[in-house]
Amino acid sequence: MLGKLSLSAIPFDVPILVGTFLGVAVIGLAVLGAVTYFGKWGYLWREWLTTVDHKRLAVMYIILAIVMLFRGFADAIMMRTQLALAYAGNPGYLPPHHYDQIFSAHGTIMIFFMAMAFMTGLLNLVVPLQIGARDVAFPFLNSLSFYMTLVGALLINISLFIGEFAQCGWLVYPPLSEMQFSPGVGVDYYIWAVQISGVGTLLTGVNFFTTIVKMRAPGMGWMQMPVFTWTAFCTTVLIMASFPVLTVTLALLSLDRYLGMHFFTNDAGGNVMLYLSMIWTWGHPEVYILVIPAFGVFSEVTSTFSRKPLFGYNTMVYATCSIMVLSFVVWVHHFFTMGAGANVNTFFGIMTMVIAVPTGVKIFNWLFTMYKGRVEFTAPMYWTIGFMITFSIGGMTGVMMAMPAADWILHNSLFLIAHFHNVIIGGVYFGYIAGMGFWFPKAFGFKLNEAWGKRAFWCWFVGFYLAFVPLYVLGLEGMTRRMNHYDNPDWRPWLLIAEAGAVVIALGIVCQLTQLYVSIRDRNLPENLDLTGDPWGGRTLEWSISSPPPAYNFAVIPDIHGLDTFHTEKQLGRRAHNKPLEPIHMPKNTAAGALIGAFSFILGFGAIWYIWWMAGLGLIGIVVTMILRSANRDVDYYVPVSEIEHNEEVYSRRIAAAQAAE
Amino acid sequence: MKKLWRYLPALPALMLSGCTVDLLQPRGPIAEMNRDVMVAEFAIMMAIVVPTCIATLYFAWKYRASNTQAEYLPTWDHSTKIEYVIWGIPSLIIVALGAISWYSTHAYDPYRPIQTADNVKPLNVQVVSLDWKWLFIYPDLGIATINQLDVPTNTPLNFQITSDTVMTSFFIPRLGSMIYSMPGQQTQLHLLATESGDYLGEASQFSGRGFSDMKFRTLAMAPEEFSAWVEKVKSGSENLDDTTYPKYSAPQEAAPVQYFAHVQPDLFDGIVAKYNNGMMVEKTTGKVMHMQSASSAAPSDTGMKE
Repeated sequence: MLGKLSLSAIPFDVPILVGTFLGVAVIGLAVLGAVTYFGKWGYLWREWLTTVDHKRLAVMYIILAIVMLFRGFADAIMMRTQLALAYAGNPGYLPPHHYDQIFSAHGTIMIFFMAMAFMTGLLNLVVPLQIGARDVAFPFLNSLSFYMTLVGALLINISLFIGEFAQCGWLVYPPLSEMQFSPGVGVDYYIWAVQISGVGTLLTGVNFFTTIVKMRAPGMGWMQMPVFTWTAFCTTVLIMASFPVLTVTLALLSLDRYLGMHFFTNDAGGNVMLYLSMIWTWGHPEVYILVIPAFGVFSEVTSTFSRKPLFGYNTMVYATCSIMVLSFVVWVHHFFTMGAGANVNTFFGIMTMVIAVPTGVKIFNWLFTMYKGRVEFTAPMYWTIGFMITFSIGGMTGVMMAMPAADWILHNSLFLIAHFHNVIIGGVYFGYIAGMGFWFPKAFGFKLNEAWGKRAFWCWFVGFYLAFVPLYVLGLEGMTRRMNHYDNPDWRPWLLIAEAGAVVIALGIVCQLTQLYVSIRDRNLPENLDLTGDPWGGRTLEWSISSPPPAYNFAVIPDIHGLDTFHTEKQLGRRAHNKPLEPIHMPKNTAAGALIGAFSFILGFGAIWYIWWMAGLGLIGIVVTMILRSANRDVDYYVPVSEIEHNEEVYSRRIAAAQAAE
Repeated sequence: MKKLWRYLPALPALMLSGCTVDLLQPRGPIAEMNRDVMVAEFAIMMAIVVPTCIATLYFAWKYRASNTQAEYLPTWDHSTKIEYVIWGIPSLIIVALGAISWYSTHAYDPYRPIQTADNVKPLNVQVVSLDWKWLFIYPDLGIATINQLDVPTNTPLNFQITSDTVMTSFFIPRLGSMIYSMPGQQTQLHLLATESGDYLGEASQFSGRGFSDMKFRTLAMAPEEFSAWVEKVKSGSENLDDTTYPKYSAPQEAAPVQYFAHVQPDLFDGIVAKYNNGMMVEKTTGKVMHMQSASSAAPSDTGMKE
């Protein structure tokens, strides 16, 4: 009846987990209690949980990403603490069974549920506004994508308290992840969490690709698109091309595990290297899926706060597109040590180095955007400058490992760990936080606190170097990744420094939370309010409407005459509406996304525990909801002109108030 | 970067104080090449990374909004000359690095045998990764060890590597390049130790719960000493053959060093054949042979048929 599930699956004997569970339960109950106490369930359901508004989905994505950041960071600091203790016979406080789950979960959560969710959130918030669209091409699919991501995140976190998580790394390499070596449910949790969220990501890719191709405001040709939209476009192309590969790879692994097939097993013709090759065919483009939108953020931030157009727009677009293409021909650099021939290794080594050219060009473009500008040191600009320095170093160590002859000694070492954290923290994370600070007023109508933002930056910046420069050294000292104890006295001091770095990063996260708290508390102070919708003197269309924008974004779809039309028009004096208002066609909210998400959860949980009636129920639920949703014709409505007029009037009054205040 | 850069000049001092930076202190020609390539790349990249970082800070400071003395060009966004430079310099650097890459990848391909000046006869070692220990078979000497690799100095070492469990990676940092060990497949690695010493050897690809202790000592010694060591091993009593192999290959964490005075000649081939329906390619003739031994018995859970 309950498949593999029994009471013994709940780890009552692990105090850390029991404590965590109690903590999560208390916070969860407090939130639910608060919602009930303030009578907000109806509001939450109508305005947020069933919404198809890309701006609200964006907020929910980013909240999810921040929660997952806590989880992923808790894993990280537990690993650092283990290695600070587990020296010379001391086993540390984490047994291998637990430690191995932690490093697997850390990578999986940070990539799939922190970074991907954050990236999708930024795309949701910004892309339709930048291209003058009223929503995405498929608003319901957008809501569905969010719930798929949420369900994946839920499954992976439930594995903490029911059963176990995978113990074979964030990419679950077989044969270790095969039934023979990992008979538990950990790998199944991984497979279903990643597969379900992968569906969401793929739908997001299709959705935003279509939105960017079909829904740009009239006059906005390809080369008039803002750079962030360009990077979003390249990312969606990469998602559509690479996520199906991930889905197939994990499906084959599931066939091995569930039906006893032999794609990646040791025997009967299975081949491990086939899995490595396939997973990295997805995995390498994946890192560009994450970092390319961050490049977009840096482009917008640098140009806005340097008070100049971006240097070399065309070059930036070409560089982004070449990175997009090249990212598909480098995947073998993840296993130069498999024993491939010299020609194969050389090809992939040189291709990897070639990516450094367009990436370097981008750095120089930002450099020359600041050149002869008027640089304002806002918090997003801090993150950008921190990024330019950190990412240059990360890129350098990346090129070092792109050389097969060097990778043969650096592969799988802590040098590698330091390298990819160098580019993921210094590139992706810095970028997303810069983007969050930059577009926060657009989403909420008030700015984030600058002082706390800068404190957060300094903690992250210093903490990053403290935590990861020692890892570079440890890699040179021959320390491999994923060890849970060691005897080498030379490694010890560096691991202690790295632990200190993790603590400084923790302070950075505390500063960010404080920043959110202080900003919300002081939101009505005049210096924080964004009355005009254009708090930074922005250049692109999202700044031409009120903050937060109305559900339909644009009362009148703007006409585009070139790059940075909004900026040009501001220079010439703000344009008055000269087009008549018309009723606006908008999608209705729907519970279908949340329902399909719930059924996907039932399907995934049932399949993980071999509770087949439950899995079947989930599958039927998904199909039935899909059919009902497809048959529903009552999915849209018109916003009447009177309401638009009212909103516009309010917005004009706010602008007038802001001008009077100046 | 600032920190890494500051650290590097201090490296020699750290070494003197007794710290071993394995990858920078090679003990063989392959590891020397690995290091030289790495250091050369680092130096070449530094030539562009350092100026970029300095320019970033300098431009940000010089063109700060409060510095109204600085020139301000609010519409300037293009310069063909600068674009040539910013595409050109990285491209040139990559051409240079690409040339080094081409040369070093071919010349030091792990599959390429090492030739010494005086044509020393290479030592063959068959490496099997087990859960969670390393088995070293010396096929020409008829002996084997677990978790200790003794090798003569200045003698080319020809490793043939496979796994009798999950995949992992065979790595002796101070001798250089690593190669994966994979069940049912044989990989090759060619190394050489120029100096006597006790070097760390490790599994560098995570392979399960005993991974952290999956280490072995690599003892490089003068050829005479090595011969003496071989005699010592041969005088022992343990044998490694079809009957004892299952016992010694069973999963074990932090396994102790073990010597085997005799080893069954086709043991390694049998381990490879085990994952290939009991088949093995005979190296000299290229014929597919059927292996018959306990080590090549097909794993029980596959339900394979003859």
